[in-house]
Amino acid sequence: MPDSKLDLLQGTLDLMVLQTLATMGTQHGYGIARRIEQVSGNEVLLNQGTIYASLVRLVQRGWIASEWGVSDNNRKAKFYTITKRGRKQLAEDTAYWARLTAVMGRVMAMPQEGGE
Amino acid sequence: MQDFLRQGWERVRAFFGKGEMDSDLDEEMRAHLEMAVDENVRAGMTEDEARRQALIKFGGVQQARERHRAARGLPFLDVLLQDLRYTFRTLKRDTGFTLIAVLILGLGIGANVAIFSVVDTILLRPLPFHNPQRLVRIVDLTGKSGESSMTYSVDAYDQLRAESHSYQDVAGYFAFSTADNMNLTGRGVPQPITGIMVTGNFFQTLGVQPMLGRLFTRNELALNGPSAVLLEYSFWKRQYGGDPSIVGKSIEIDKQPTSVIGVLPESFDFGAVFAPGSKVDVIAPVIEDQMRDWGNTLALIGRLKPGVTIASAQNEANTLFPKLLFNAKHPEWGSGYKANIITLKDYVSGKLRRSLIVLWSAVGLILLIVCVNLSNLLLARAASRSKEFAMRTALGAGRVRLVRQLLTESLVLSLAGAVLGLGIAYAVVDYMAHQGSIALPLLSTVRVDGTALSWTLLVALTAAVLFGLAPGLKMSGNNLQDALKDSGLGMSDGRKHERMRAVLVVSEVALACVLLIGAGLLLRSFLRVLDVDLGFAPDHAAAIKIDYNGKNESTITQSFEEILRRVDALPGVEGAGIADSLPLSWNRSWGLSPKGQDPRKFQQGSFVYMVTPGYLNAIGLRLTEGRDITWSDTEKSQPVVILNQEVARQFWPGEDPIGRMVEVNQEDTRVVGIVDDVRQSGAEKKVGWQMYLPAMQREPEGANLVVRTKLPPDVLAGTIIKTLREINPAQPATEFKPIELLVEHAVSPRKFFALLVSLFAEFGLLLATLGIYGVISYTVTRQTQEIGIRIALGATQGRVLRGVLTKTMRLAMIGIAAGTVASLILGRWIASLLFGTKPTDLVTFAATIGIMAFVALIAGYIPARRASRIDPMVALRTN
Repeated sequence: MPDSKLDLLQGTLDLMVLQTLATMGTQHGYGIARRIEQVSGNEVLLNQGTIYASLVRLVQRGWIASEWGVSDNNRKAKFYTITKRGRKQLAEDTAYWARLTAVMGRVMAMPQEGGE
Repeated sequence: MQDFLRQGWERVRAFFGKGEMDSDLDEEMRAHLEMAVDENVRAGMTEDEARRQALIKFGGVQQARERHRAARGLPFLDVLLQDLRYTFRTLKRDTGFTLIAVLILGLGIGANVAIFSVVDTILLRPLPFHNPQRLVRIVDLTGKSGESSMTYSVDAYDQLRAESHSYQDVAGYFAFSTADNMNLTGRGVPQPITGIMVTGNFFQTLGVQPMLGRLFTRNELALNGPSAVLLEYSFWKRQYGGDPSIVGKSIEIDKQPTSVIGVLPESFDFGAVFAPGSKVDVIAPVIEDQMRDWGNTLALIGRLKPGVTIASAQNEANTLFPKLLFNAKHPEWGSGYKANIITLKDYVSGKLRRSLIVLWSAVGLILLIVCVNLSNLLLARAASRSKEFAMRTALGAGRVRLVRQLLTESLVLSLAGAVLGLGIAYAVVDYMAHQGSIALPLLSTVRVDGTALSWTLLVALTAAVLFGLAPGLKMSGNNLQDALKDSGLGMSDGRKHERMRAVLVVSEVALACVLLIGAGLLLRSFLRVLDVDLGFAPDHAAAIKIDYNGKNESTITQSFEEILRRVDALPGVEGAGIADSLPLSWNRSWGLSPKGQDPRKFQQGSFVYMVTPGYLNAIGLRLTEGRDITWSDTEKSQPVVILNQEVARQFWPGEDPIGRMVEVNQEDTRVVGIVDDVRQSGAEKKVGWQMYLPAMQREPEGANLVVRTKLPPDVLAGTIIKTLREINPAQPATEFKPIELLVEHAVSPRKFFALLVSLFAEFGLLLATLGIYGVISYTVTRQTQEIGIRIALGATQGRVLRGVLTKTMRLAMIGIAAGTVASLILGRWIASLLFGTKPTDLVTFAATIGIMAFVALIAGYIPARRASRIDPMVALRTN
């Protein structure tokens, strides 16, 4: 486990949750948390509990839907599914991220001027 | 966007559906943990280790819950509700404090709202007419002899309307109406009512529409046309029970069939605007052709054309008014009016501006004292709560959160105070609005309205911030460790706290001192006004308006003689007389000049009283020279007159006036007596010229029977009215009123202001006393141990007592000194409101300083005594 985790920008976790649900289909909170941990190499989630604030926010915005169901090993759990509006939002946000990271990448890769 | 709106709505729903969402989340988190444990066990951990790891990875369950709540609900409201719950709990625990705080605040806010309502109605709000800012009063403010010198003749009015270009229209009303000047007849005992006559265009000029019916027609304005009246709203409600079918019906006024043509709207109250302190019932038209020869009778109001300024209207008046003829039929009587053009609003309330602002400032000061007092109380409480706050800080409450909690507390107190205050204000305003006898304009229309409600809210919020902030900041800034360590009754900690409280008390005393001095000055002025020799003796005299038979001088004389003979014979009556005009009431004046001199040199005009023998005695006028009027002064004998000293001084300085001839309205008249000057227009006004003419020689305009008696007027009223009815069954049911009421009416505005300011000052004094007591008492409590040790070491009781008292008096004296200096500076500002009292009046200042010092001494003595009685053994053992 790395010493320090990445400080997340506002809304970044929401975006990760949306992306996870978009690729994995219906999933419960634990599954989403585990998946984000695996993909990010344990670098972003300070602790798994924070995922629930993000989930409730997305549900309230109508970007994901939730339903009680039964897990693989027969446990009652709440399952989340991305909605149509959620996919639209994800597409917008992904495009935005791509532009932002591209610009940031170019700016940060700027060679020092003048040289030695 | 739509998604975020949806989120907002969901948040509100979540706020109200807390329980369900929380249990949902709990279940979800439980499942989460179980799945994590399962996975860990599968990875080979023991059950315990698996659970431990799962919990570590999940993080704080409570934190997750809090975050969930914050994300889904309305966190701000949650905190507020929490603060409110906590506030109610603490306030409930401290009932005594809460009650005192709410009571003090209620009184302070109540006073503020009530006075604001008065100030708003009289000063701030525009008059209840259409486009009131263009309405002006046209009046000669230099006139020295009452209404007659401030009004205009009908011919002058007509000429003004024809020749002036400044006004859309000019209207007027008959300025010499008195209360109960008409009688509602035809149904049993005649019922006195008050009517006023206005010109036909009066309501059009003001922009007032009748609520029911119509205004006067040309026909009704013509000489010998049909009689018509408009009813005022309150009279219509009172007399006719608000029956709309009265419009168009005929009623009988002074035995004359008169049709009711309309009812005026509730917002129109003639008395409230034009004749403060009086009530008008019906409005009749001015019949111009009937009044052309009555001299100056019309008080004028103009509506300026758009674009015309007061200054240009004044310019026009300066050239136009001197050309206006007194009487068009007699151009040889000359011309030459003067006029000041002032806004109607200024005319109505301009004189009261300063008084009202002083009153407003006084309640403002009261509120300030209330806030300081509460700050002080809260500080004392905060000191005893310092451990509680330290504990909350230790548990993670931020500084902002603590200040917020304290502000919530003061806000709750303020709002409770505001509710109580509104109740008080409603009661006070209702009471004031029904004090018909206070001669303040618009007072009867004062209400606690929307503006006042907003004002209340503003005042309450300001108060909350003012008295909540200081202790809040103070508390939250306290050192955490010190507070936790401190036993709460230690000796070292208090210094800083004490200084702040001392500053608060000193400012409280200073503010109370300013109020007290201001009130003292106003009160002394009021007493001075009461002390003024009015020239007659209002006590032990009463008057009643009477109806009499007779159409000419001789029959009227017979009627008067009979009335006076019968009344004089009644037991308890010491003297009786009749006059058509009483002091301090309506004032008519006529031309008066010494015979043989150019009348134009004596333009001032003299008040006129048509009186019978016995009147001077009945009203308590002192005859200084010559003789009284007698029954042998008749229409057939030589016309005679009694003058006041002022006329004698002006006409024949240093010479004997008795037997000299004067011209009264161009008629030769012999001076037979001289009486003292009467303050006709009020105790504070200069004395004008006055003349008393025999009612037997000139037809009087109405009659008041004045009776001098040692009996209370109520006791005598029955027999007087019975006697009058026996002589004349048409005697209306008028009231037999003490003459003192006239004096009271005249001084009522000054009394109103002086009493209110005194009331506020007393309240301020009480609060300041409480403040001093609170601080000293608190100090003594905190220093119980210290004092105990000192007593144990040999300090005597007297020494301890003196020590505490010295401390008290030092605080009080600093406050008094500051207050006195402030009063000396502010005194000049109220100088114009004072009468016969200098703003640096030594007696007032000395009395205030004495009272404040005395009160402080008592407030300090109680805790001082307690301190001196401290038992060292008990004091040292506690803790």
